[in-house]
Amino acid sequence: MSKPILRTEDLCLVYGKGTPFEKQAVKNVNIEINRGEVIGVIGHTGSGKSTLMQMLNGLIKPTSGKVYLDGTDIHADKKKLRDVRFRVGLVFQYPENQLFEETVRQDIAFGPRNMGLPDESIQKRVMRAAAFSGLKEELLDRSPFDLSGGEKRRAAIAGVIAMDPEILILDEPTAGLDPMGRDVLLSQIEAYHKSRNNTVLLVSHSMEDIAGIADKVLVMNHGVCEMFDTTRNVFSRSEELETMGLRVPQITKITTELRKKGVPLSEGILTVEDAFKEISAILKKGGRI
Amino acid sequence: MNFIEAEHLSFYYEQEDEQQNTQKLVLRDVSLSVKKGEFLAVIGHNGSGKSTLSKHMNAILLPTGGRMYVDGIDTSDEERIYEVRRKVGLVLQNPDNQLVASIVEEDVAFGPENLGVEPEEIRRRVDKSLKAVDMYEYRLHAPHKLSGGQKQRIAIAGILAMEPDCIVLDEPTAMLDPKGREEVISAVTKLNKEQGITVVIITHNMEETVNCDRVVVMDKGKILTQGTPREVFSQVQLIRSHQLDVPQATELCSMLVSVGLSLVQLPLDTQECIDALSEVLL
Repeated sequence: MSKPILRTEDLCLVYGKGTPFEKQAVKNVNIEINRGEVIGVIGHTGSGKSTLMQMLNGLIKPTSGKVYLDGTDIHADKKKLRDVRFRVGLVFQYPENQLFEETVRQDIAFGPRNMGLPDESIQKRVMRAAAFSGLKEELLDRSPFDLSGGEKRRAAIAGVIAMDPEILILDEPTAGLDPMGRDVLLSQIEAYHKSRNNTVLLVSHSMEDIAGIADKVLVMNHGVCEMFDTTRNVFSRSEELETMGLRVPQITKITTELRKKGVPLSEGILTVEDAFKEISAILKKGGRI
Repeated sequence: MNFIEAEHLSFYYEQEDEQQNTQKLVLRDVSLSVKKGEFLAVIGHNGSGKSTLSKHMNAILLPTGGRMYVDGIDTSDEERIYEVRRKVGLVLQNPDNQLVASIVEEDVAFGPENLGVEPEEIRRRVDKSLKAVDMYEYRLHAPHKLSGGQKQRIAIAGILAMEPDCIVLDEPTAMLDPKGREEVISAVTKLNKEQGITVVIITHNMEETVNCDRVVVMDKGKILTQGTPREVFSQVQLIRSHQLDVPQATELCSMLVSVGLSLVQLPLDTQECIDALSEVLL
């Protein structure tokens, strides 16, 4: 087995240490993420997901414990921390609030420019990132503030993709989007992942989104990593998830209940398509359709 | 007359381009009535006009064509605009943008204080409103330390303390985790059922609409279709062709029906789906 691209060792973070507001946001997280995996990250509000994500690219320094990127402790050499942020790209919640340049093109180019790349290669990256995020070329010379909400979101994501990070972390990228905007964005993230084979971490409150895209799911609960397993295995544990304020996708709940009643279905069905395939096969066999 | 009555409502924004002023039409000839005590859901994608419509319900926006009546009052009547706002309270998407005080009960008291309500009456209303959303025990907490679902319920309590007849909620659950979403929806449902408050909720989450009295689907500034949740979500093809979701339970059964399964009706929620399918599968 190859070395994990990202590994954490007893990662802890305490906010306001020594004050009356002291709070342990992340407790002893030990995870290993392999190259090319798509990881869904779920947990209730305040469970420590966002804090954990920001520790993974060195934005927040852990109180104790280590983050290893490709085998190297990211805080070992302060000068290299900047490179870590180019290699682990983080898209914050509501990234459209962070657009600031005069044109969309300049905004997307900001990351690669800071990497010190030559102009020609910057332009190539801008075009590629814009295409991946589904931004039309004619929008590139407009002010980012003239774009619609969905377009702004895509421009902000393109700015991170333009750095071509080995690991792409997206913190609730679909929050506030309508179903169409959500579907388009998720399929673009998937296409990007497939063509670059990079690692993607996707934080979401939508279990349906996670079920459709993730290989593995990381479950945070009160700062602790409660589960880290394949999507199917995690969503097979619906009762435990519910005690943590989480849910499984409706389709998983339906098929799990039918399975309990004796219908021969697989465990942890994640999409409507898969449920349809299995159920229609049973109906056909029984001559019902 | 119904509680909310939109008659041939149109609305456009003036858009200033470099060369010319253009009008962006957001609502086109919308006629809609909401009965007193009704629980109405409005769905549609971004830019379909649903938020614009909701902002007409408490006179934040005024029609550029047609009329909007709230409890018989024309919202374009400037002298009665505060009366309209007192009748219809608005709850927005981001709870952090709606809370103003550092203590929960002070936040809830903010609205009635501004209305000049007597202190004793404020006390009574604050307690009652917090109890109605199950947040009374948090009355002395700091709002910023609460979860998203709790904050949003505080925002609802703040509206309730002004004793409106109707609450309009614009994507109140979009930023919440699954538990927070359920808390808000059940609080709103309770207000509707127990206190008879008229509720209009705008949402992208179709599972939140299945217990409403009526669902209105907006598309390109017009009403595409409306009816009971069952009537609306039975039109799976129409809804899907406008790239909106139907609940997964409904979608699955609709796919099975399309390959020849016969069902009396399409299920709307988890339990109905389990019941319908266990009947044909076992």
